[in-house]
Amino acid sequence: MSIDSRPASAGVASPLRSRTSLIVPAAVGVALVVVPLTALLLRADWAALPQHLAAPTVWPAVRLSLVTTTTTVLISLLVGTPLAWLLARATGRAATWLRAVLTVPLVLPPVVGGVALLLAYGRNGVVGAPLDEILGVTIPFTPVAVVLAEVFVAMPFYVVAVEGAMRQVDRRYDALAATLGASPWHTFARVAVPLATPGIAAGAALAWARALGEFGATITFAGNFVGTTQTAPLAVYTALEQDPEAAIALSVVMLTVSVVVLGALRGRWVR
Amino acid sequence: MTSADAAPGPSGTPDVWRATDAGSREPRARRLRALVVAVLVASLAVGCSTSSAGGTGGGTSAAGGSTVTVLAAASLSEAFSDLAGRFESEHPGVRVRVSFGSSSKLAQQVAQGAPADLVALAGTTVLAQLPEEAQDPARRTIVARNVLEVATPPDDAAGVSGLADLARPDVAVVLCVETAPCGSAADEVLGRAGVTPNVVSREVDVRSTLAKIALGEADAAIVYHSDVVTAKGRVRGVPIPAALNTTLDYPLVRLTDDVHPAAFAALVSSPAGEAVLVDAGFLAP
Repeated sequence: MSIDSRPASAGVASPLRSRTSLIVPAAVGVALVVVPLTALLLRADWAALPQHLAAPTVWPAVRLSLVTTTTTVLISLLVGTPLAWLLARATGRAATWLRAVLTVPLVLPPVVGGVALLLAYGRNGVVGAPLDEILGVTIPFTPVAVVLAEVFVAMPFYVVAVEGAMRQVDRRYDALAATLGASPWHTFARVAVPLATPGIAAGAALAWARALGEFGATITFAGNFVGTTQTAPLAVYTALEQDPEAAIALSVVMLTVSVVVLGALRGRWVR
Repeated sequence: MTSADAAPGPSGTPDVWRATDAGSREPRARRLRALVVAVLVASLAVGCSTSSAGGTGGGTSAAGGSTVTVLAAASLSEAFSDLAGRFESEHPGVRVRVSFGSSSKLAQQVAQGAPADLVALAGTTVLAQLPEEAQDPARRTIVARNVLEVATPPDDAAGVSGLADLARPDVAVVLCVETAPCGSAADEVLGRAGVTPNVVSREVDVRSTLAKIALGEADAAIVYHSDVVTAKGRVRGVPIPAALNTTLDYPLVRLTDDVHPAAFAALVSSPAGEAVLVDAGFLAP
């Protein structure tokens, strides 16, 4: 059936053909995302899935991933929300620069982030060396390192999302709150945060998803040890070397968890 | 796709198209379509050549002939980079691409159909992960051998003088992951010595293990003797007694029968190739 009931005249692209020329690249785009995900589900050995998931490295990895990503989101909420609010209301060159610096982890290869973290918090690092010398605290190869790596790569997503939402909060509300005697903190907590809640939820979901997928900075900076620093993506990578079936099984679990969490948030806040 | 084609939709406004397309837009749209088609055809062609090469267990002739693709164990990084350079200068027009990684990862890549001509592995246990036809003993040559060694940062702040020190709780030890040959060999040696080390991380290959020592993030690691040699002073080596140590053979496996890969394999096994490997800290086969 054709949508073009008019006689096609020479030199005029029919809407059908025009739309086809859009649909073909769009379909290629869809295929680039959907084909690998489908392949993962097709290749998974569903019958042996429980057996693969009972492997001794799986649960520690999933648990570590859940604990560290949750911690990352909590840190983002605690320090990222005020930061986003200040950025949303800031003007001038300093704010522009600050915004640019905070965006760097979004585009930086995570491995480079890992090297930077190592140079900062490593035993010979700018911050790590004094920590080691004075307090005897070493950060690499601990779950703290995993969280630091995840916060480094994921919090910028949160700040960008929340700043966008808070910019939408009408400035007149700030002024109104101030004339009613509200302190800046009060305005932030009682006006900005409630109004930006959908953005905060979206930012938290984004940051959580990015933290869950974090690999490069973690393996570079935190190392790879079952139970302490081997997160689910690292477990997948490690399992792939010897037992691809186990790696596929764990990948399916991560895919499911990601889809469920994003799906749950989508209904509530994220559109 | 067809249902979307057929659905008129609110944005299907042919009048606008008629008004603007009749003029200069139409040639441009046609050119754009031609470009899209060209890209699709090209990507299909690339996809096909890759899959056909993978299906036959590796090969390079599909893309034009004169590239040799070598997968090599991480510990061979310097030696094989050097040999690839020599081969290219002796065979003008032939390019050697070498990809380094953990042997088990490389074996998995070959098993999944990575288009490679040669694969050089650390140890013979990972051979079992190769596709069956590549496991034929006639397809491989042992090109080098390697032993393990303890590596510490140059200043050796923790005072590591032997394997026994690895059991001290204040010595942070980094090993290769169990699945990598350097990891399973290290476990074997530690087991023989009766040492349970304080392992803080199991790195994906021997070079990332070595890097943690070179950066001073850990106090000791078990790596190959050749890694300590090629690190040139960035780490300090502590030999492991022969009675406890283990020797790994490095097989070079020919995955294709092309002439250039065979020539590269011959160079690696030649006296000149052996000299490069010995310089890099390997033992002659």
